[in-house]
Amino acid sequence: MILIDCPYCGPRNSTEFRHAGEAGKKRDVTTNDPAVWRRYLYQQDNPLGWVRENWFHTAGCRQFLCAERNTQTNEFRWVAPAGSPGPDGASGNGSAR
Amino acid sequence: MSHAESVASIKGTAGAQARRRRSRGPARYSALDIFRRGVTNSDWPRSFRQHDLAKSYDVVIIGAGVHGLACAYYLAANHGITNVAVLDKSYMGGGGSGRNTAIIRSNYLTPEGVRFYDRSVVLYQNLAADLNYNVMFSQRGHLTLAHTDASLRTMNWRAEVNKLQGINSSVIDAAEVGRIVKYLDVSDRPRYPILGALYHPPGGIIRHDAVNWGYARAADHLGVQIHQQTEVLGIETAGGKVTGVRTNRGAISAPIVVNCTAGWATTISDMVDVKMPLITHPLQAAVTEPVKVFLPSVIVSGSLHVYVSQTDRGELVFGASVDPYPSYSMRGSLEFTESVASHILELIPSIGSLKVLRQWAGLCDMTPDYSPIMGVTPVDGFLVDVGWGTYGFKAGPVSGEAMAQLIATGRVPEIISAFDLARFADGRLVGEKGAASVGH
Repeated sequence: MILIDCPYCGPRNSTEFRHAGEAGKKRDVTTNDPAVWRRYLYQQDNPLGWVRENWFHTAGCRQFLCAERNTQTNEFRWVAPAGSPGPDGASGNGSAR
Repeated sequence: MSHAESVASIKGTAGAQARRRRSRGPARYSALDIFRRGVTNSDWPRSFRQHDLAKSYDVVIIGAGVHGLACAYYLAANHGITNVAVLDKSYMGGGGSGRNTAIIRSNYLTPEGVRFYDRSVVLYQNLAADLNYNVMFSQRGHLTLAHTDASLRTMNWRAEVNKLQGINSSVIDAAEVGRIVKYLDVSDRPRYPILGALYHPPGGIIRHDAVNWGYARAADHLGVQIHQQTEVLGIETAGGKVTGVRTNRGAISAPIVVNCTAGWATTISDMVDVKMPLITHPLQAAVTEPVKVFLPSVIVSGSLHVYVSQTDRGELVFGASVDPYPSYSMRGSLEFTESVASHILELIPSIGSLKVLRQWAGLCDMTPDYSPIMGVTPVDGFLVDVGWGTYGFKAGPVSGEAMAQLIATGRVPEIISAFDLARFADGRLVGEKGAASVGH
């Protein structure tokens, strides 16, 4: 069982949450180039190690959260409300090595 | 040097015409041999050798699973290219090739997918004779149950695509399902009663370890070197062209490097900055204690997120959906066991007292369209055979055959031409999600 320490609800089982993709991924709204759109749609970092990503507390407070998780061990080392600057002060772009 | 020139140089060093050779080794397995060794109590020779790492190879294949080993075998057997190294950071067949639920089928949704996976079924049918290794392929039939009108519609769609490609696949009603599998609850008692099924008689199960070992042994006899515990730490390039790999046992120069690492595919492709639209998800499976054989075919239920088959030993093997978040962790979870157990009891209530012996997970490199990524990349000489998601083991033989043909001829074989990496930038996706056993 994996616990996620929700900043609103406290530690809850990960089954209450839904993974909501890598953090900080933004669509380039200044172009309508299909290649750029498809890259945004399909391409995602897939690192082995620490990542910064979004979660949604589906069966709890129904808030979006931002977290740092190790993809090898599933250890969470930081969970905060969505959009929070990371522990290193950066807003995050998926991998957080 | 272009890919075609590297191919020409390989063929020069190999000095062999492309020809089909039977795998002949020092120890050809036969019934007589079993008898003789039983009487004399003599040891069996090792089925493949260990080597020192050479300075250079014509082809380096990363990943000694069914894809890497099959590629090496067909390079040697079909094309006479034997100066090949297969590297694995762990042990042979220890990734997805040894962790899948060993189901073989070709009842896919797209014409490209159906043709491709059916070639694999044909190769699997002849594999035991080709490799002189009993792979225990049992074509016991494959049933994909429909519990809703929507899934029944998809089953009809798949059946018609399959029939057009000459695949034995049809939709049957609940009563017929009940005649094929006696213990299945086809009444209207369950929350989601069985309305019908896609029946695919050529589908079945196989002994996955035997497939890995058989390919390894046959490839070894033809001169291929298999290096376990050999981790690739980096890939060397010069002028946009692959020149070799760095490993924990030293550097190797090679004009062609093939990425066959499935769940770890992006960790290798990132080394040459080839970005892949892959996300690694664990897929869990479990097996029960063995009981007398009662389940005649493979049962899949997409709506209930579970599939089950019975091995020759009598164990029930369960699989389900991939874990709902990206991860490289291969630990099992209680949630998985609970979900599989409750759903399988909806289908087969009589197995309620069976005990789960063990559970495990393997890694799936999921693509956006559930079709693989095969062929060339922007880096010359760096080839990929990845993006297998949950379909990898079924595709082992055909992928090996096609990748070997690509390496030997320098041209992408027609059977994999729809699966190129460039399709994601061009928007030519091959949507195969509808053929997934369970919703992922």
